[in-house]
Amino acid sequence: MTVTSNSGPGSDVAMPTDLIAVIIDGVEMSVPKGTLVIRAAEQLGIEIPRFCDHPLLDPVAACRACLIEVEGMPKPQPACAQVLTDGMNVRTQYASEVARAAQEGVMEFLLLNHPLDCPVCDKGGECPLQNQAMTVGRAESRFDGEKREFEKPVNVSAQVLLDRERCVSCARCTRFAEQIAGDPSLELLQRGAKQIVGTADDTPFESYFSGNVVQICPVGALTSASYRFRSRPFDLVSVPTTCEHCASGCSLRTDYRRGVVTRRLAWDDPQVNEDWNCDKGRFAFAYQVHGRLESPMIRENGELRVASWPEAIDAAARGLAAARGRVGVLVGGRSTVEDAYAYARIARTALATDDIDFRVRQTSVEEDAFLAAVVAGTPVSVTYEALESAPVVLLVCLEPEDESPILQLRLRKAARNGTPVVSIGAVRSPGLGKVRGRLLPARPGGEGAVLAALPDDVRALLAQPGAVVLVGERAAGSAGALSAAAALARSTGAGLAWVPRRAGERGALDAGALAGLLPGGRPLSDASARADVARAWGIAPTDLPAQRGRSGDSLLAAARDGQLGALLVGGVELSDYADPRGAQEAIDAVGFVVSLENHHSAVTERADVILPVAAVTEKAGTFLDWEGRPRPFEQVLRDALTMSDARVLAMIADAMDVRMPADVRAIRAEMGSLGPWTGARGEAPSVAPAASTDATVLASWRQLLDSGLMQDGEPHLAATARPTVALVSAATAAGVGESVTVTGPGGSITLPVEVGDVVDGVVWVPMNSPGCHIHADLGAVPGSGVRLSPGGTA
Amino acid sequence: MSISETTRAQLEELVARYPRPRSALMPMLHLMQSLDGEVTPDGIDACAELAGVSPAEATAVASFYTMYRRSPGGAHHIGVCINTLCGLLGGDAVYEALSERLGVGHDQTTPDGRFTLERIECQAACTHAPVMTVDWEFMDDVTPTSAVDVVDRLERGETVRSTRGPVIRTWRDTERSLAFPDDGLAAEGTPVDAKMLAGLSLAKERGMAAPTTAQEGR
Amino acid sequence: MTPLTPVITEHWDDPELFTLAGYRRHGGYTALASALKQDPDALIGMVKDSGLRGRGGAGFPTGLKWSFVPQNDGKPHYLVVNADESEPGACKDIPIMIANPHSLIEGVIITSYAIRANHAFIYIRGEVPEAIRRVALAIREAREAGLIGRDIAGSGFDLDVVVHAGAGAYICGEETALLDSLEGFRGQPRLKPPFPAVAGLYASPTVINNVETICNIPYIVGRGVEWFRQFGTEKSPGFKVFAVSGHVNRPGIYEAPLGITMRELLDYAGGMLDGRDVKFWLPGGSSVPLLTADHLDVPMTYEAMAEAGTMLGTGTPMVFNDTVSVVKAVTRWLEFYKHESCGKCTPCREGTYFITGTLERFEHGHGSEREMETLVDLCDQIAGRSFCALGDAAATPYPSALKYFRDEFVAATTTPVDEQFDPASAYVFSGAAAR
Ligand SMILES: Cc1cc2nc3c(=O)[nH]c(=O)nc-3n(C[C@H](O)[C@H](O)[C@H](O)COP(=O)(O)O)c2cc1C
Ligand code: SF4
Ligand code: FES
Repeated sequence: MTVTSNSGPGSDVAMPTDLIAVIIDGVEMSVPKGTLVIRAAEQLGIEIPRFCDHPLLDPVAACRACLIEVEGMPKPQPACAQVLTDGMNVRTQYASEVARAAQEGVMEFLLLNHPLDCPVCDKGGECPLQNQAMTVGRAESRFDGEKREFEKPVNVSAQVLLDRERCVSCARCTRFAEQIAGDPSLELLQRGAKQIVGTADDTPFESYFSGNVVQICPVGALTSASYRFRSRPFDLVSVPTTCEHCASGCSLRTDYRRGVVTRRLAWDDPQVNEDWNCDKGRFAFAYQVHGRLESPMIRENGELRVASWPEAIDAAARGLAAARGRVGVLVGGRSTVEDAYAYARIARTALATDDIDFRVRQTSVEEDAFLAAVVAGTPVSVTYEALESAPVVLLVCLEPEDESPILQLRLRKAARNGTPVVSIGAVRSPGLGKVRGRLLPARPGGEGAVLAALPDDVRALLAQPGAVVLVGERAAGSAGALSAAAALARSTGAGLAWVPRRAGERGALDAGALAGLLPGGRPLSDASARADVARAWGIAPTDLPAQRGRSGDSLLAAARDGQLGALLVGGVELSDYADPRGAQEAIDAVGFVVSLENHHSAVTERADVILPVAAVTEKAGTFLDWEGRPRPFEQVLRDALTMSDARVLAMIADAMDVRMPADVRAIRAEMGSLGPWTGARGEAPSVAPAASTDATVLASWRQLLDSGLMQDGEPHLAATARPTVALVSAATAAGVGESVTVTGPGGSITLPVEVGDVVDGVVWVPMNSPGCHIHADLGAVPGSGVRLSPGGTA
Repeated sequence: MSISETTRAQLEELVARYPRPRSALMPMLHLMQSLDGEVTPDGIDACAELAGVSPAEATAVASFYTMYRRSPGGAHHIGVCINTLCGLLGGDAVYEALSERLGVGHDQTTPDGRFTLERIECQAACTHAPVMTVDWEFMDDVTPTSAVDVVDRLERGETVRSTRGPVIRTWRDTERSLAFPDDGLAAEGTPVDAKMLAGLSLAKERGMAAPTTAQEGR
Repeated sequence: MTPLTPVITEHWDDPELFTLAGYRRHGGYTALASALKQDPDALIGMVKDSGLRGRGGAGFPTGLKWSFVPQNDGKPHYLVVNADESEPGACKDIPIMIANPHSLIEGVIITSYAIRANHAFIYIRGEVPEAIRRVALAIREAREAGLIGRDIAGSGFDLDVVVHAGAGAYICGEETALLDSLEGFRGQPRLKPPFPAVAGLYASPTVINNVETICNIPYIVGRGVEWFRQFGTEKSPGFKVFAVSGHVNRPGIYEAPLGITMRELLDYAGGMLDGRDVKFWLPGGSSVPLLTADHLDVPMTYEAMAEAGTMLGTGTPMVFNDTVSVVKAVTRWLEFYKHESCGKCTPCREGTYFITGTLERFEHGHGSEREMETLVDLCDQIAGRSFCALGDAAATPYPSALKYFRDEFVAATTTPVDEQFDPASAYVFSGAAAR
């Protein structure tokens, strides 16, 4: 047999594996060397009881529930830790009295101190202990003594609660915290019968991944504040979904009851999120229901009024038609591929414009060129799995723990296997510590220069097959960084991937929601690309806009300067722009604004027509994760009547006599008919790195848990966010004291100081956390010059 | 509250003793306990920092071992072995007598903070049963009377000597010795006692000795 | 009559033996000098040939253990001395370290040289400062004399020795738990394989030996394999520091060849206290099945004890007379195991909790015959199924006691044991002393 494994970007290498012959319950089978008994038995459909075993955690063989008999061994062995060797003859509970008796004995012991409070336990109905007690347990307890009791429950964090008497000491949670997340603040305390899970005095279990311990606890010992006592598993409808929060692309399972989502769980996807997800993906879903727009609205005499759908569609179509050729399209970074495609398509057809962008953040012309040349429409090359065998992973302007948490987990896994991680940045962050990473210090804005002059050892590693460079979206704000990254990848042969933060960005890019790029990364300027697209859309190539449109800052500037007659805006939060005030002014300056939204926002306040669209649970769609891997999902809430952006856009187009597919399946079919683009692409940019200055500069990124609107309505989650602080080096701190006032071009913020491993002359603050919104409060972006003064003395 | 420079220097000395910092966690906890009279959250934080672990990991370690206290210990720690051999040969009675004398039970400290009483497990001194320890120094072959007498004398501030080791100091002093064991007291007290010499004395008395060369024909 | 053969204990009556000068007066460190002139592999071979078996309880052949250490693997090697002596009834290692710490240090240096370790640790339970400070002093003296440190006696061999104080956990005597403890973790046993000889301390090759085992090394190296093998039996060669405790007239340390009988040891120990009868005894710690007066003539060897259904264990016999309730004795041991269970695995953690709770009711006269059988079952549910041997040990006292003293458990189903056996009659003091 051979197993294929991704040993490098894009390369499927067949690796021969030593096979051994073994016998399990009389069945002969061959398995790769090193296989555990419990895994081999699973392949035969033999379910051996287990509690501590988890395929992604190092075995501990602690619970002893899985004891089996191995011929030639005097004692029963734990199947979860017993490695099969050639010729080994194993008998499980189905073929061995010894194994059966051992398993029953352990089950009796496990239930001994267990409260048996299944009727009031969240886990009841989906509890491994309950289930296995039914199959392996004895009917009656032989124990008359007193059970252990604990005061219950205790909060191990604002979100995670612990009922200690239910714990079976399997150490799944503590091993997850230590091995997977790298957050060893949940531990087994005490010993013997008093052994219990807990934290240090006064320090909660701090982890962006804390919800996973709730999910993998095989009993109801760990529960979440958000779901506790809310529901019973058998009352829930479960639907597989994809997380909409970031570009990690996690498979999730969304459970709902009577039209309301009650919880979300990580869904096993070995290629992407394995068995895990982050707390934002798990707990932040309340935003979808609170404060929804319920019906279309039209502005009349300056006032918004409720309108019927036909009326609103008609108004939108008329207004847009009037500005045809002078319409700008702004698509938020959270759209599905299908929705983004609809925006791209309506822009180039009904609206006759190429003025379109999906990036509601800092952008640059250099980034436009980089995306067109290196990213848009390219097939999956660098994968999660490739990271595990990479000789080195270089991070540029990317903080995976905050910006792509599942990438962080995979990097940690890779690092534990020996992959060196190197990061170019201004801060040795906790996340970098958890991947045992090395920091190549760079002042924000100076990343390009560091990339261009890497230490020899890092360059040498990058030249080895399978090496990977990952650039984050913040690179757009660092002149020369993307150019240098592209050049580095070319010269070393390293794989290069772009890691945006939002779930919809990569998909929107590939769908053509960026000026100059038609779907599939096709250059608008390329005749055969235009021909492809025109054919798929049933129009003549000449019907496509001839001129490359505006994007990024120039698109907003065009609006502000009165060059646009109308704006079509889908899911845009103005405060996310690097210059929120400028963005507002831009919208205000446009005569006619159509907003597709599900919540009131600064855009709807200014819109002439508001069209309420479906939230992510109310529609089917696809996200492309940072790898470029499609993550399709179906509609969760089957009875939802809300329409997707694509359907609404198709109606508008229809009113303008342009036919567009409205249904996800039809859109996918049309996109599929386009096929991949194999023609020429734009040139990678070659912007020179900016010269460094002596000024104190700002470093910043968005923390995973922050003021983001999609975290609204979940106070327990918010309470686990990291505190808002200003991080500086000891030398920089010496000049300011315990708190610092940071003054940027547009204002000041005063924050507590924390000393960390930060490049001198740099102050790091969160980009958008409570009390610190750098765009609005400071008028600054990463790399902006700022002034520091002792707290409150601006 | 952070630790003093002196304490930090001592903790660093412990760290330097081992190939890896984390190995110093146990002696560091002994040291912090000697300074604070218990393992405090601040002590945990200090040890965790120097050992390079999280406070939770240090707490996990501190709570695993019975010698680390998470509440203030008395000036003197009185341990009575109640494992089978000592307990049944009289340790139970010794414990009862001490408990009555001190007015406290297992793992409790007298209100004046002078004594903490603890039922302890086998002390590797079964030949000297029943065994009591004062600040972990041996008090061999005790009786209820002699045990209470030890407490009385300590309370009066008299000098009390371990049956094998040095003059009794305080529990905290011993904890310090566990972190820095070359405490200069090794030569104090009786090097060996009659029970340790029982076999040797008898052998000498009866002219028995191990041959010092190989014997033929075995 | 097997004679006493003081070897390790030979000079314990010299009050200065614990000092370097005292130790040297009796030929101390001469074996080291000769060892450093030999090939390390030859030393391993010598210890193998001697047949020395580990004195920590399991009796594993020491030379064989050393030979498992991979050589030329480029990794650091470690020697860890197990001086955790916490087994109820075991009281030999602590006296050795108090009386003659340099014999341990000399053994440590020779062993480290043989297994190519440049770092040795002596893990001593924390509750015995007296032993810890003696060993610390010995290390300092040895270092000052150039016996520890760089280029020992011009041999080119470097060695650092560190004494490490535990903090109260019997499980840390289990060798892999000891390693975790020494690395600054909770002392819970590790999954094997890998075995310590391959991946022990800091995942490097490590030899773990008991104090007494290591103390044998200078004598084997200094006096030869033949000399050593004249003591004991083919399968249990050598001599043993027996520590006899309990209801005997002269409890204490008696060093004799392996193969001596308990009857002989009892005789040396002055016979039973007050002339009472032996009721039950355990050859080496509470973790071995108990025996009765019928077994007094079984040779104290690994093989003969196994044949008699028990184990030599630590070779530190505890002897109880007929004033003692076996139910109470067993209950107390189970309380110990419950207290000391590390908590890692279910059978030991929950089993000791369960059994102890049940036995405590027996002790108070509230048992039942059905529960007597349940307890046998429960012990079976622990033995061989727990993560480490602590569980096996916990499952040992009850079945062996039941085997010989069933009636006493039956009696305990109705009558509290203290009513059957006046506790005071078992005390080794009486009258005035007891107040
Ligand atoms: C629960 C438990 C406690 C143990 N305690 C000790 C001990 O205190 N001292 C010791 O030398 N061995 C002890 N052992 C045995 C050790 O695991 C190990 O076998 C021994 O240290 C090896 O040394 P040796 O081969 O020289 O005997 C214990 C084993 C178990 C399972
Ligand atoms: S809390 Fe749950 S996951 Fe953690 S040790 Fe207990 S049973 Fe296992
Ligand atoms: S599943 Fe194997 S010991 Fe727990």
